[in-house]
Amino acid sequence: MTDVLQVAHLSVSFGKNRVLDGLSFSVPEASTLAIIGPNGSGKTVLFKALIGTIPHGGEVRWAAGSRIGYVPQKLDIERDLPITGLDFLRAKAAVARVSPEEVRRALDLVSLAPEVAAEPIGALAGGNFQRLLLAFALMGRPTVLLFDEPTAGVDEPGEAGIYATIRRLQKEGRLTLLLISHELSLVYRYATHVLCLSRWRTCYGPPLEILTPERLQEAYGTAMSFHLHDGPNGP
Amino acid sequence: MVRDLALPLAMAVAAGLVGCFAVMRRMTLASDAISHVALPGIGVALALQLNPLLGGLAALLLGTLLIWALEHKTRVPTEALIGVVFSAALAVGSMLTSGEELIEALFGGGGRLSGVETLLGLIGSALVIGFTLRARSRLVIALVSPDLARTAGVDVAAVNLLYLLAFALTVALGLRYLGVLLMGSLVIIPAATAKHLATGLTAMLLIAVSIAVLSTLAGTLLGSALHQDAGPVTIAVAALFFFVSLARRRSV
Repeated sequence: MTDVLQVAHLSVSFGKNRVLDGLSFSVPEASTLAIIGPNGSGKTVLFKALIGTIPHGGEVRWAAGSRIGYVPQKLDIERDLPITGLDFLRAKAAVARVSPEEVRRALDLVSLAPEVAAEPIGALAGGNFQRLLLAFALMGRPTVLLFDEPTAGVDEPGEAGIYATIRRLQKEGRLTLLLISHELSLVYRYATHVLCLSRWRTCYGPPLEILTPERLQEAYGTAMSFHLHDGPNGP
Repeated sequence: MVRDLALPLAMAVAAGLVGCFAVMRRMTLASDAISHVALPGIGVALALQLNPLLGGLAALLLGTLLIWALEHKTRVPTEALIGVVFSAALAVGSMLTSGEELIEALFGGGGRLSGVETLLGLIGSALVIGFTLRARSRLVIALVSPDLARTAGVDVAAVNLLYLLAFALTVALGLRYLGVLLMGSLVIIPAATAKHLATGLTAMLLIAVSIAVLSTLAGTLLGSALHQDAGPVTIAVAALFFFVSLARRRSV
């Protein structure tokens, strides 16, 4: 299987603080990589290095023709910024040179009502804003989705819906997914590989190997009890 | 009359459009300071007996490149730097310019423009208007999130540079008419007013352009009726629009 992403000896420092140190892994096409780890272990920093918005050492190589959709954890938007969700999506359609029809398709995919999307983005409730960001990422048909805590702030039926959408897109379109999540049961269910970041030890492998109590305790530095609610019915 | 109004109105359209993005990018204070940098350029040009507008434009473009480099290369917080650098420019500029010329440079006025100056001004306005409308999608995404812009394939550094250059050109366009101190206001006030009234991007652009054009028109006509320079009257009218908009501000 071809790799969509190859990362070799990736390092990121802020001043004297080395956040990522010599990180190497690769992501096969159409797979799902879950990135887990305690707060401050550099998960979001890793994403920013992957999309090239912060300086880093080492190598990040995307397969030729990769189109990246990025769903950030949160954005700081002024409440009275006069840009509506539709303005924002139309801007993406223009930049990605896709037809304005794609705006409707993206809204349908994430179950966001057009009248909600017509509100200023700073005034959207958390879950709706998250859906808007996902719609933005999905426009232009990305080959890779980078998801930072994708369903934080989305209610539970909404969360299930978003995951179902992503699974469907993944099956239809050879979509590769990189996912930062704190919900280990989700990781267990959806991930084909798990990358665990931690100040103490970094580990990488299939969920069955990584999501063991011993490994998790190593990574989080404290005893973690991880109960599988649904059992492994993922990939 | 038509010839006298063509350039101020074209400049007002450019100012309204550029101002919207300045306000949304939260560079309200910075943009006022940027316009001050024209003053030393005007002073140097007068000393060398060159066209002062060209000196102002050159200084503005240089100042813009400086800000852009500070933003993108050093990642130093720019608010304070901009304040200091451009207040210094104002101080140095006042020393280089004097008397009547200083008043004209600060507040505008100073006779009719030549045919060539008017033509260049119209071309400059067209460039600014064309760029802002063409780049509006890229500008919108970049101001919401540079990270998202990057993943959408937007060259954030390039679009920021072009925007700042368009901003500098807009200020230069207004130098003869409004002067160093007031031109920043014609960029900011209509856009800030539009931000109070609009809920969407297109509405904001339309409102800002309308207010800039109406203020300029009112400034020119009232100014000549009241035997005042057009510049200060224009800004007073724009400010009136702003205060009225505060009362009608949409609730959020």
